[in-house]
Amino acid sequence: MTEVPPGYFLALAGLLFTIGVVGVLVRRNAIVIFMFIELMLNAVNLFFVTFARMQGNLEGQVLVFFVLVVAAAEVVVGLALILLIARRRGSLDVDKVRLLKW
Amino acid sequence: MIAPSGFAGWAAAVIALPLAGAAFLLLFGKRVGKVSAYIASATIGLSFLSGLILFFRMLGEPGEERSFVLKLFDWVNVGDFHANAELLVDPLSIVMVLVVTGVGTLIHVYSIGYMEDDPRYSRFFAYLNLFCAAMLILVLADNLLLLFVGWEGVGLCSYLLIGFWFEREVAAGAAKKAFIVNRIGDFSFLLGIFLIADEIGSLSVSEINAGAATMGATLATVGALLLFGGATGKSAQIPLYVWLPDAMEGPTPVSALIHAATMVTAGVYVVVRFSPLFEAGGATALTVVAWIGALTALWAALMAAFEYDIKRVLAYSTISQLGYMFIASGVAGYSIGIFHLVTHAFFKALLFLGAGAVMHALAGETDMRKMGGLRRAMPVVGLTFAAGWLAISGIFPFAGFWSKDAILAVAWEQGEYALWALGLLTAGLTAFYMSRMYFRVFEGDLDLPEGVHVHDAPRTMAAALVPLGALSVIGGFFNLPGVLTLEHFLDPVLGEPAVPHGLLAWVLAGAALIVSVAGILVARVLYLQPEGDARRERLATTAPWFVSAARNKFYVDEFYGRTIVAPGKAFARFCADIFDNRILDGLVNGVAWVVNGVSSKGRHVQTGYVRNYAVIFLLGVVVIASFMFLRVGV
Repeated sequence: MTEVPPGYFLALAGLLFTIGVVGVLVRRNAIVIFMFIELMLNAVNLFFVTFARMQGNLEGQVLVFFVLVVAAAEVVVGLALILLIARRRGSLDVDKVRLLKW
Repeated sequence: MIAPSGFAGWAAAVIALPLAGAAFLLLFGKRVGKVSAYIASATIGLSFLSGLILFFRMLGEPGEERSFVLKLFDWVNVGDFHANAELLVDPLSIVMVLVVTGVGTLIHVYSIGYMEDDPRYSRFFAYLNLFCAAMLILVLADNLLLLFVGWEGVGLCSYLLIGFWFEREVAAGAAKKAFIVNRIGDFSFLLGIFLIADEIGSLSVSEINAGAATMGATLATVGALLLFGGATGKSAQIPLYVWLPDAMEGPTPVSALIHAATMVTAGVYVVVRFSPLFEAGGATALTVVAWIGALTALWAALMAAFEYDIKRVLAYSTISQLGYMFIASGVAGYSIGIFHLVTHAFFKALLFLGAGAVMHALAGETDMRKMGGLRRAMPVVGLTFAAGWLAISGIFPFAGFWSKDAILAVAWEQGEYALWALGLLTAGLTAFYMSRMYFRVFEGDLDLPEGVHVHDAPRTMAAALVPLGALSVIGGFFNLPGVLTLEHFLDPVLGEPAVPHGLLAWVLAGAALIVSVAGILVARVLYLQPEGDARRERLATTAPWFVSAARNKFYVDEFYGRTIVAPGKAFARFCADIFDNRILDGLVNGVAWVVNGVSSKGRHVQTGYVRNYAVIFLLGVVVIASFMFLRVGV
């Protein structure tokens, strides 16, 4: 059985990351933006795993665990913020949260 | 010299006692209330006793070995330069210590009664103690740096005490004037210290006096004159004498302390203490000292003769008498100068305290035109004041006769006939203006301001007046030729002054006495006899311009005001209004203005839309990432 070449994984990861970036830039729903950010993080995880495989060591895979932990913490804080903003304003539209400007 | 055991302790106690008294009273003065006067008097009194113990132990040593340096603690040690807290106890400093503490103690005792009703009673005594402590540091210091500490301490205390009644604007102004004028002198003094430290590499008295000869004539003269510049400030000589008459705004015991026993003698002391430095550069420095002294003596005496305020007459007379001391120093009669300093401390303290007693009795009145015949109303004050009057006038055998005559005699012996003549003229004027004051205040018909009930001096005040009166009578015998000799006690430090002997001495003394008596007689003709008023009128019309000039202090204050104070104020205005407000503030405000302008445009970048920030974020990442890729060359 032939192995899938690492280039495919890299391409997929790059694609996921780009989708994440574009999603963050174009969507206005805070929850959706949040999901795109998670998508970017996971794209990065895929990069790490792929590179670890290519290098033949475990360092990249170890880093993935750190990213997961940090992402979990980020979800806790981020969702709490979004929840409070949503309760106060009754909306998830980030364009309406623009008090901090000139 | 190795000091006998216990010496250092007593010397330190001389300074430490009043210093501790001042510290205690400043901290707890309010709590102890009226007791503070007794605490202050006790500390200075004990300090006087310590001084006496030192003095008698010093007498136990042979004449040439009476100079001791006592190290208290390390102070400044930088490389080769050392200025430790060391005290110099020698005949000269011990004489000064005894004068300062002795007269100081009497003034403290006097103040107990004089300041009785003052709301800041304990504060007053704290300042008095501090003043004495500073003066004692000054006279006992073995190096110029420590001396300067005392020097500035005295200046500070004079400010605090002259402005003691600071609610009155004139008093606050007088205090400022005294402080600022003294600062001008201090600046010169400080420059002198720098020059000496640079040239000699040490500030100790013995090394300065020993090294002065190696400085070279010009530098030694410059150094000496810079120190003398400081002395003209502290000792109120031309051109810096203007603060002293105004300093009369302070309480009278302060005037007595500042102008008799302590501060003003500091300048004389410095000139005498560093006499080898003054001599090192040839005659120039000493000639300047002597002439400044002589001119000041005459100048101040002229103003005193036209003054109506009894305290101001005494102020001018102080300036004038200090001039005598500088004449003495300038003709190398150092110990004679110190002798006059001692006798002057006695009779001038007495006169000030007597004037204070008069003011106390007359509800603060100082205008002699409103007084008269007080001798019968207040016999103790009248009698002691008369002793002071005869002493300062130089009448045989009162204290002033001996010291003033000695100064004139030394000037003659040195061939300075012009100085002698000026001194003699001043002696006549002194006798005249002091008699004028005495006659107007104490003799003639009883004449009082409305509604004043006269009383003689209270007990504490009399307790100070009587000993000072006695000293004014007998003070001259401290230096009676052949019996008690202050001069020879000072010889190991100051060398022997050249005094005339034999017939010449008698003739000179007789001349001085005749001039003094003449001065008193003129005053009697003008002020005591019934026709005096008419005579004065006639005399005044012969030279009205001179009378009005003298009444206005020869317009010196106005002159300084125009030439120095006004330009100084204008410069300060320029600095404040133009330089500070416009240029400095302009720079600062200008920066703020530019930043404000830029940011009012640039802040629109902050839209508040999260996606805008995200785009900028992304662009930043792209830029940095591409930069890194290009650098690494992947």
